[in-house]
Amino acid sequence: MRAIRILVRSIRDAFKSVFRNFSLSIASIACIAITLILVAISLALSSNVNHFTQNIEKELSIVVYLKQDVDENRKNEIEKEIKHMASFDSLEFKSKDDWKKEMEQSLTGLEDVIKEMDSNPLYDSILVKVKNSSDLNATTNAISELEGVESANYGKDSVDQLLIIFKVIEKAMLVIVVALILVTAFLISNTIKLTIYSRRNEIEIMRLVGTSNTAIKLPFEFEGLFLGLIGSIIPVLIAIYSYIIVYDHFDGYLFSHMIELVKPNELLVYVSLILVAIGGAVGMVGSWHAVRKYLKI
Amino acid sequence: MKFIDIKKCSKVYKNGVTGIADLDLEIDRGEFVFIIGTTASGKSTLIKLLYREEKPTKGMVIVGGINVAKLRNSKVYKLRRKLGVVFQDFKLLPKLTVYENVAYGLNTLGLKGSEIKPKVMEALEHVGLKDKTRSFPNQLSGGEQQRVCIARAIVNNPKLLICDEPTGNLDPDTSKEIMDVIEKINKELKTTVVMATHDKDIVNRMKKRVITIENGIKVSDKMKGSYKVHESN
Repeated sequence: MRAIRILVRSIRDAFKSVFRNFSLSIASIACIAITLILVAISLALSSNVNHFTQNIEKELSIVVYLKQDVDENRKNEIEKEIKHMASFDSLEFKSKDDWKKEMEQSLTGLEDVIKEMDSNPLYDSILVKVKNSSDLNATTNAISELEGVESANYGKDSVDQLLIIFKVIEKAMLVIVVALILVTAFLISNTIKLTIYSRRNEIEIMRLVGTSNTAIKLPFEFEGLFLGLIGSIIPVLIAIYSYIIVYDHFDGYLFSHMIELVKPNELLVYVSLILVAIGGAVGMVGSWHAVRKYLKI
Repeated sequence: MKFIDIKKCSKVYKNGVTGIADLDLEIDRGEFVFIIGTTASGKSTLIKLLYREEKPTKGMVIVGGINVAKLRNSKVYKLRRKLGVVFQDFKLLPKLTVYENVAYGLNTLGLKGSEIKPKVMEALEHVGLKDKTRSFPNQLSGGEQQRVCIARAIVNNPKLLICDEPTGNLDPDTSKEIMDVIEKINKELKTTVVMATHDKDIVNRMKKRVITIENGIKVSDKMKGSYKVHESN
């Protein structure tokens, strides 16, 4: 019972203290809010960059050319064999006549030459997509060994380079987000230290009248938690409203459909949870760290 | 066993300054003892050892059956609950009322509101401030603030009241008032009182046991003594 009363008292005192030390509370909340806004921006940017690179990776496909003498049966068998591969995602057949038509349309000036050709020298082809871009190379090699396949390739050099760049961007974004979270933690814990420093007399008196260390620390930890949570609500609201406005303004795409933005409901739930968790956790840890200084533990 | 039992106790600070050297001291339950000495004589160190703000470098300090020298930092609160401390600078919380200041410690011990109220009112009655419960410290005179501080120190019925120059900031009349309150507590509640002071008038008037400390050494210990620091040198 006594422990519950101490817990209830700690929560009540923490609440009171937020209001009694109003100016310092506002300073802490503002500091938490501003740094968490930066975290929110970097999270939104990094998830959009990731979304973009993932979309591009999804579009990467292997072009498989079939030999001229492959008949319909063999073609179906090849498709079946590709579908059985572990990394297979989807495929699309494109006949040599489709290629010819496409060339007639795209190669202006040469359309007459192509039309005049008696036979079609092009190849039937299959466009294969794989589940994971890292499987491209192995899958391409496996397909080229199938009987009736003239060649299979995915633009190895340029695609490999693109994938390396994407991996670097992903890692860089991760580093930026983690660094920003650490900076936020540092700033928040310092602000809370300031709050607690201004109340060292209270801690001194609590120690003098025989309050146990746990009972001294609890109200401050709850206070840190409250400040962190209140401080994270503002960036959460800003993130929600501003992202929806940006998303609606661009209709979900940047640069004429080249970059598809992450849908607000997918992104905002995760960003909000992260912000609230960082605010609360860092507030509590910051207080714990600062109170320890004034308790000879 | 004596209530306070100090044997061969020394305290040397990290910067090499000696606070107390080889001190032996016994105080009985219910005694009223003055510790006198000039500034930096070591009397504050002795007081701090009693409520375990400082730890002795050598020797034994027993207060109410607790060996203070071996008390871990995390267990200091167990000693503090058995004693009350009054300071020269009051150390009241300015944003709390008189009642809240006195109840502060009891609240943090997890006592029920219904248990706290009679204790706080009783303590305030002892110091004569029952009608000031709702005032804030800055609305009180120096003497009244010190009385709140005393009420806070005795609210938990401590066996020992430690006073570190409680009249240092007060005029002679108010000082006398405060001393009357402390003497009353000593007589009525049988609380042991250990008081560091350099207020000659008080010491000479009250005729209590006087322990003189000079340069960290106990130079005299007299029942019904008086303030004669320089004579003992």
